Amino acid sequence: MLLHEDTSVTTISLPLATGLHRKGATDEPAWVRRTLIGVALIFLTLFLFVPLISVFYEALKKGTDVYLAAITEPDAVDAIKLTLIAAAIAVPLNLIFGLAAAWAIAKFEFRGKNLLITLIDLPFSVSPVVSGLIYVLIFGLQGWLGPWLAENDIKIIFAVPGIVLATIFVTVPFIARELIPLMQAQGTEEEEAAVVLGANGWQTFFRITLPNVKWGLLYGTILCNARAMGEFGAVSVVSGHIRGSTNTLPLHVEILYNEYNFAAAFAVASLLALLALVTLALKTFVESKNRWHEGELNEH
Amino acid sequence: MSIEVRNLSKQFGTFAALRDVSLKVHSGELLALLGPSGSGKTTLLRVIAGLEAADTGQILFQGGDATSQHVRDRHVGFVFQHYALFRNMTIFENVAFGLRVRAKAFRPTEAEISNRVHRLLKLVQLDWLADRHPHQLSGGQRQRVALARALAVEPTVLLLDEPFGALDAKVRKELRSWLRRLHDDMQITSVFVTHDQEEALEVADRVVVMNEGCIEQIGTPDEVYERPASPFVYEFLGKVNLFHGRLHRGRAWIDGLEVDAPEHTEAENLAAVAYVRPHDIHIDRMIHGGALPARVFHILSVGPIVRLELIRDDSEDKELIQVEITKERFRELQLVRGDQVFIKPSRFDLFPSQVVH
Repeated sequence: MLLHEDTSVTTISLPLATGLHRKGATDEPAWVRRTLIGVALIFLTLFLFVPLISVFYEALKKGTDVYLAAITEPDAVDAIKLTLIAAAIAVPLNLIFGLAAAWAIAKFEFRGKNLLITLIDLPFSVSPVVSGLIYVLIFGLQGWLGPWLAENDIKIIFAVPGIVLATIFVTVPFIARELIPLMQAQGTEEEEAAVVLGANGWQTFFRITLPNVKWGLLYGTILCNARAMGEFGAVSVVSGHIRGSTNTLPLHVEILYNEYNFAAAFAVASLLALLALVTLALKTFVESKNRWHEGELNEH
Repeated sequence: MSIEVRNLSKQFGTFAALRDVSLKVHSGELLALLGPSGSGKTTLLRVIAGLEAADTGQILFQGGDATSQHVRDRHVGFVFQHYALFRNMTIFENVAFGLRVRAKAFRPTEAEISNRVHRLLKLVQLDWLADRHPHQLSGGQRQRVALARALAVEPTVLLLDEPFGALDAKVRKELRSWLRRLHDDMQITSVFVTHDQEEALEVADRVVVMNEGCIEQIGTPDEVYERPASPFVYEFLGKVNLFHGRLHRGRAWIDGLEVDAPEHTEAENLAAVAYVRPHDIHIDRMIHGGALPARVFHILSVGPIVRLELIRDDSEDKELIQVEITKERFRELQLVRGDQVFIKPSRFDLFPSQVVH
């Protein structure tokens, strides 16, 4: 039965494919398609796959012992710890801020809304180095608050708080940017329905608003986390590169590289590359979930 | 529960959505707010619900002032045009929501909730869909779920914002008569917004016709259709023909026809317009007394009513006149395109025209 169906399909499609040369009105000639796909593949290979493979190749070139030693030596472990701490503080804070900002922008009308949207985008448009400098200018020894901080023995620049601040600033947009369009598309009717049915603000938020954006929120959080761990420019300015104390993973890579310790540099870099790969995998998974969810939304 | 609205006004920027609107909804009544888009009908409904605050004016529920009461505390049921079902919940949880969010002291037990939800889902004939999600339902089913959800909290008032606006014509008709039956069974004071005059006239006990933030007329479907209070209501509710003429001390001259106009005895040589429904025009092949000559331009004879489009012979403006006659009358007259006929309005309303030519 199956076979029979198959043959019938072939007999119908054969004359179309060979005899008539039927093709869609919007199709390009074969050579155009092949050239474009080829260019894209060459580009991807040269700029993505080769560097990625070379990171792991260089990291493992001198054997796994060297590799393991490079990522378990005290300075590397401290760098990993600091990176995790910075992300662990920056991501939850930006999660709260992003949710609150997106909620306010998408569901309410107020003065200064456009200004708020612009401000959220600011870290994207400002060079990370400038973001770092802003904090040096405010909290540094020669900065506005510098003398007062020094008097009270509070260290921000060239210390962990500065790194956390810079990381927070650079990663502000990720979650809010992800949620605003989603929440705007969903509108406020469900919230209104909930309030009419007697729900208070918290019930409405936790039972209606939040579940409706959970995949978008997760997606934004993953991106935010990846950036928080990988940020170099802003953190580099405020860090001071004190080994074992204010070095994050990307800074540690730079130091090792500058010391011609290539094997160790690539070993630590491979951790960041792994992080990127895991992020990509998670992102793809969440995106597919998200798309399924939005398909639902469009049906509404 | 009766609703009273007193002198409501509401402004959106420079746009006046409501201008000094007053209205009484009797207890147990099904009232339609009818008007074109931008007429303020939805705003009025949302102000009654508490989803929107009026700039000035008062809302009274059963005589008590509810103007500053929070929407949560008004105990209204609200049905949205686009259903607004909670997409992350099953149908069961959607209907149960209003009961689950109650403070502990007022929350029914799980068994009671389950009982009530299933009873309501049976009422809207969707009990078998309790475990589905909203996106798995058709539009008509979703709107019935939305209604069950609104009824679950035992509201004192049911407010529906264009409840059938997003549905296709057939489902809309079904749900319309279904809503009427449901209302007759439950006797809950209901207000629904629509821009569909057929829907309003068919379902409602009384119709409120709105235009540009004001109420043009309140009356039973019969009253607003047969005795429109203004040119706007005439034109909004069904087809109408306009005949231009003059009014003078209780007499009117409309395109050469002289008629009595007893309600306009004070009029002093005013320009006026006569509004005539298509079925209120008498048509004949012979002239009997005062009548206007016209020519048959188009015949549409589908169904029991035959619709004719005529062109006036005597007037320069080639405006078509719509006439509706029964199929029997049509056979009697044996009209074909191009025939000469004589027409005479058998019933009409005269309004002094705003713009005097």
